[in-house]
Amino acid sequence: MTISIERPTRELTESEKRFVGWHMLVAIIALLVGSIFGPLQALQYSNVDLYQYIEPVIRSYYQGLTLHGVLNALVWTTFFIVGFTTLVVIKGLGRPLTHPKVNWAGFWVMVTGLVMTAVPILLNEATVLYTFYPPLQASWAFYLGLTLVVVGSWIAGVGFFLTYWAWRKDNPDTRSPFIAFAGVLNMAMWQIATLGVAVEILSMLLPWSLGLIDATDPELARTYFWFTGHPLVYFWLLPAYISWYGMLPKQAGGKLFSDSLARLAFWLFLIVSVPVGFHHQFVDPGVPTGWKWIHATLTYSVFFPSMLTAFTVIASLEYAGRKRGGTGLVGWIRALPWKDPSVSAQLLAGILFLFGGISGLTNASYNLNLIVHNTAWVPGHFHLTVATAVTLSFMGITYWLVPHITGKKLISPRLAQVQVWSWFVGMIIFSNAMHVLGLLGAPRRTPLGDAPYVPEEWSGHLLRTSIGGAILLVSVLIYGWVMYKTARGPKVDPEDVPEIPIAESLRDPQLTPVWLDRFKPWLIAAGVLIVVAYGPQLWDQITGMQLNAPGWTPW
Amino acid sequence: MTATPTDAEPQKESMGIDPYERNWIRFSIVLLGVFLLAVTVAGFAMGFQVPGEEARVDPSTITETGPFSNPGLREVAPGEFEAYVVSRTFNFDPAEIVVPQGATVTIYVTSQDVQHGFKITDTNVNMQVVPGQVSKLTYTFDRIGEFPYICHEYCGIGHAAMFGRVKVVPPNEFEEAGA
Repeated sequence: MTISIERPTRELTESEKRFVGWHMLVAIIALLVGSIFGPLQALQYSNVDLYQYIEPVIRSYYQGLTLHGVLNALVWTTFFIVGFTTLVVIKGLGRPLTHPKVNWAGFWVMVTGLVMTAVPILLNEATVLYTFYPPLQASWAFYLGLTLVVVGSWIAGVGFFLTYWAWRKDNPDTRSPFIAFAGVLNMAMWQIATLGVAVEILSMLLPWSLGLIDATDPELARTYFWFTGHPLVYFWLLPAYISWYGMLPKQAGGKLFSDSLARLAFWLFLIVSVPVGFHHQFVDPGVPTGWKWIHATLTYSVFFPSMLTAFTVIASLEYAGRKRGGTGLVGWIRALPWKDPSVSAQLLAGILFLFGGISGLTNASYNLNLIVHNTAWVPGHFHLTVATAVTLSFMGITYWLVPHITGKKLISPRLAQVQVWSWFVGMIIFSNAMHVLGLLGAPRRTPLGDAPYVPEEWSGHLLRTSIGGAILLVSVLIYGWVMYKTARGPKVDPEDVPEIPIAESLRDPQLTPVWLDRFKPWLIAAGVLIVVAYGPQLWDQITGMQLNAPGWTPW
Repeated sequence: MTATPTDAEPQKESMGIDPYERNWIRFSIVLLGVFLLAVTVAGFAMGFQVPGEEARVDPSTITETGPFSNPGLREVAPGEFEAYVVSRTFNFDPAEIVVPQGATVTIYVTSQDVQHGFKITDTNVNMQVVPGQVSKLTYTFDRIGEFPYICHEYCGIGHAAMFGRVKVVPPNEFEEAGA
């Protein structure tokens, strides 16, 4: 009963492919380098200290942890997302970027920022972890570099907005193609969200690191930081959702189950992913319990679009599985194309995300946070979300994307399959052990192999953390190998190069209500909600600001 | 770019929500509502409360003036105590707090330098410790034993060694030690 719609089929030009490819190159290198340090931490938990062998270069567990966090959580994600968004915007809209020079400028500003951030980290002058809480004081270059990465992504975002507006002008009555719509929406959310960290760095951390002001107000800095810190995770997650909603169904041989609810979910992410930051500050001093409770409530509302996503994505996949001949309650799951590593990566990412969602809801649950705040539970949680739901999905995407933009064939789908499954298994072992350790009271970000208070009871879980980390190291090395050999492989017949998968909607998207395809009302709603949920407390903290915490570099 | 109309498909704009999905949406809303109700009742009616806004201090003078210049435990009423704890790289002052079983202790923590964490193992006491701010929670120690309080925020190279402990002892032992 579906209606065929003429979709733009414009192929990416060589220079567009190169542009996307540069982002992927930086992203994948960051992932590979950053991921080497993860297992070093996990092995330290069971007293295997590999840091001593790299000591002249990397001087401590904490310096390695800073690299791991910055490269994996900030660089790999941001570069991948800007590259991937470029692809979905131009492919989805079926037209080139209106101002490719703007987007190139964005890329180079991001690269400049990356280098400026990397140098002080490598010199052990910014061992402040990726949350850089003052009054730990990093080199000014670290803060300026981070600012440039964010500004570069803003410039790229402007390039996407201009392209979207040009398309909208030419197509006033057409529903925007889902993947392009969702990509632009994610960048809009990012621009709103990063205002917090921009204010934190420009008004406080950068002048302080330059010696222009003597001290900071660390609690105000935390409030600024978490204004950005939570929507940041949605900025990572939504590109994976774009693939799950708008691409994976096509790869699985099906269609998007509900275009209108997919759009509604994205709008809800835009309006409620920012005013929830106090749920990272539930046990902070200086923030009244009432505001914390309000943010807990709003955090529950941002869980709702993920519930919508669970239904729509699973329904889309069931449609695909049944079309492929799967029957019965679970037979359709087996009928999905598990042999395609791009598909299996995303399916397994989705499965672990169910558990990541549950532990996330626990974190968000106000006083339950007393049990888990800053324990190993938290990295256990976000290794299921950003390090699996997001990262394993992004890996799966690169299994078609990198061959597509290089005109190559994926070098060894079987090896890729090993990579995907070992990530899944390694992460189950690692993150389960971390969750249990957290409940037992183990702190996060701590070399527990050296800690004097660790009871015997923890040792089995510490060992499991190490085993999981070792498996993940093997997995990421295989990933690097497959990517390298694919990119260096011979050009193949264009017929053999994978296409960009774009899922059709089960129902004509033209029937989706027009209010689900207009930015203005939703952007206004997002602004109003931020003012209501953040305004009064932020005002109190800014007017009551006391700059009395001078900087320290105790590493 | 226009859709081809067919007789079977209504050509009006609509959400087009599947009945199963409608039920799923209802279920999601009820589920989240129940969870919210549970944590709200536990937080505001049953006393499982998170820290809130307490007081500001100047980290450079806390060791000279105010209650943190004399850290430790004091009894404010029979069975009711206050404990003032200063965190600094890389120790807590005091490093040990001895309380009688059943004592209700209001714990105040602040930092002299960078951010720290204060979590008493196996209890609901968990606080972010921020210079310039006072963190406060109250807890009743009903079980005899040793409960380490561990710094759970990265504070520098010695972070992993930063901890102290609460010793909960039988009331008569506490009296003897105090006498």
